[in-house]
Amino acid sequence: MKKTFTALAAAAIAATVAAPAMADLTVPNLSYRTGPYAANGIPYADGFNDYFTLLNERDGGIGGEKVVVPECETAYNTEKGVECYEATKGDGALAYNPLSTGITYQLIPKVTADQHVLYTPGYGRTSAANGKVFEWVFNYPANYWDGASIIVKYLTEKAGGSLSGKKVALVYHNSAYGKEPIRTLEELAKKDGFELELLPVDHPGQEQKSQWLQIRRNKPDYVIMYGWGVMNQVAIQEAVNIKYPMENFVGIWWSGSENDVKPAGDGANGYTTISFHSTGMDFPVYADLKQYVHDAGKGAGAGDQVGTMLYSRGVYAAMIISEAIRKAQEVHGTSAVTPAQVRDGFEQLDLTEARLTELGLPGFAQPITATCADHGGPGSAKMFQWNAASGQWDAASDWIQSDAELIDMLVAEDSAAFAAENNIAERCN
Amino acid sequence: MPDQLLFALEVTLNGLMAGVMYALVALGFVLIYKASGIFNYAQGVLALFAALTLVGIQQGQVPFAHLINAVTGMHVTEFGWKIPAILAILLTAGVMVGLAIIIEKLVLKHLVNQAPIILFMATIGMAYFLEGFGDVMWGADIKTLDVGLPQGINETLESVTDKALGYGFFIDNLDIVATLVAIALVTALTLFSQYSKQGRALRAVADDHQAALSVGISLRFIWILVWSIAGFVALVAGIMWGSKSGVQFSLSLIALKALPVLMLGGFTSIPGAIVGGLIIGVGEKLFEFFAGPLIGGATENWFAYVLALVFLVFRPQGLFGEKIIERV
Repeated sequence: MKKTFTALAAAAIAATVAAPAMADLTVPNLSYRTGPYAANGIPYADGFNDYFTLLNERDGGIGGEKVVVPECETAYNTEKGVECYEATKGDGALAYNPLSTGITYQLIPKVTADQHVLYTPGYGRTSAANGKVFEWVFNYPANYWDGASIIVKYLTEKAGGSLSGKKVALVYHNSAYGKEPIRTLEELAKKDGFELELLPVDHPGQEQKSQWLQIRRNKPDYVIMYGWGVMNQVAIQEAVNIKYPMENFVGIWWSGSENDVKPAGDGANGYTTISFHSTGMDFPVYADLKQYVHDAGKGAGAGDQVGTMLYSRGVYAAMIISEAIRKAQEVHGTSAVTPAQVRDGFEQLDLTEARLTELGLPGFAQPITATCADHGGPGSAKMFQWNAASGQWDAASDWIQSDAELIDMLVAEDSAAFAAENNIAERCN
Repeated sequence: MPDQLLFALEVTLNGLMAGVMYALVALGFVLIYKASGIFNYAQGVLALFAALTLVGIQQGQVPFAHLINAVTGMHVTEFGWKIPAILAILLTAGVMVGLAIIIEKLVLKHLVNQAPIILFMATIGMAYFLEGFGDVMWGADIKTLDVGLPQGINETLESVTDKALGYGFFIDNLDIVATLVAIALVTALTLFSQYSKQGRALRAVADDHQAALSVGISLRFIWILVWSIAGFVALVAGIMWGSKSGVQFSLSLIALKALPVLMLGGFTSIPGAIVGGLIIGVGEKLFEFFAGPLIGGATENWFAYVLALVFLVFRPQGLFGEKIIERV
């Protein structure tokens, strides 16, 4: 009996921490399915896992190698995120995507030293777009500053071609993430002649009366939000409460999921968000996901998040990582690629519209042509408007390109400061 | 009246309303501390659990659906019925009583006569357990709570103040309801504690466990009673806060808003929780209004604690707390 118990215990432990077989391609999923941000972490993690499951089930993996996606719970906690990284890096992890700017900042020096790829689409350190300084970090297709610039472009068009003399308020999460767009917006305010009002909201953001009373009093023409978690839902509800015109309220991509708008009911109709990928289930890949993953009972979650904005983002991140791995296999002529080879794959990624169509994702995102210096991608995104009646995000614009001149200047400035602080010599010369 | 003064008045009114919302959370802490000397770390999670259960019951959600589906391969999510809000609230209150009985039987009973820090640690454990249990039972998605409470600007107040002062004040209907509910709750709790037999027993236990036991008061019954009442107060707080932001796991963090209220009002006073809530609510909103723009804003979280600390310098037991006299 004792022996049986010991054997069972040993088997259980082995199953929990089993290292992938040497030939497997390992892409850890540092996810959060618990804690205050679980509602956002779950659909993203489900989309991420399901896409890799699809590749394994339909194609036999990537280049004949199965992909293993060990999941590690971070609860959106920076310390736990670092623990997850330390616990998984020894298993030949090819790329990390922690879905947290806080964790990203902690991991940048670690992945640089350990030589692992850190892929942070639409989050993390914005200036990591400069591959000359950040060799192991990639954040294409767009970053926080691109987001701010694109939102301003969209609002300019909405205002009839000029924001001059208009008031724009930024309601932001009072954290490194929330403060990211301030510099960009200040520059754009100078350039375009609008007045910028800054309204920080402390974590977690359940109480925002002061900020919204200020908005009601100052009547800004537009409100931009950089929020996350409960802050988004409360802000949208408060905007409804003060009868702020929803179509003039625009959130960055982390303030634009179904979770954010649904609690406010019909009042949220017209709320606008930006996204660097499309959403919904009108893509051929969903038929495959249904056949090979969900109907086969191999879905990552309950299956109730499929096609949502954050599920689509998880699919997007997994698709980019898998394409970078595929590129690495092609460049190095081996299917069992190493982290360093995958970095090359990221750096030489050439994702065309034709390839997206082949993947069952036509028009889902913008093409990417990465280079040694360009880890930031095209910097374009689309606007989506919430349709409360249909419970869906409707496209409200075509792809909009950020102000490349301004963003490149800011990226160069910030990355140069980082390089100087850390004695990093520029590469790609 | 000058514009700035009108805005300040509007901010003050909204601060009072926000204070009531904080006080609703603080009340649960006070009840348990008063009766057992335990600082209940799990009070915020109790509010979350109550709100999750309420939505689950109201929407006819199958509890532990994910677990059932994973184990059996079935695909059950809902029973297919909706339950009226009042009935769902009553059923949830019943669940909270059941939870109080379980907590007493599994945790508190075994910790009688232990040092307060042990009991406090036990509530930390309970908080983590209940959060995970709530997740497994009802899922982690954000749920919309609709028990028919009005939300949005109160048009009557806006038009009255507009006519009288030339500026329409914003007061949220939900905050007005919360205020009325808080008044009713505090009145009921005060009456219960002062005039009912159980209330007097509760106060006796709070004053001296040993003495209360020696006159035949059942400590276990009192603990179940007080945790049930705290569970009900948590349900009320969960409804108010959940209506505002949807029911989600960050709801447990509302406890952070209650701490300065408790420090200021005192851990043992029901009226103290209300007065403390009002002072914190008004204080943080006015500080944000006047000083926020000068120092970069987002002052409310830390200013509430600073305000509470300032009061503590002059009254360490809080405004309404009982003065602690230790004999050497």
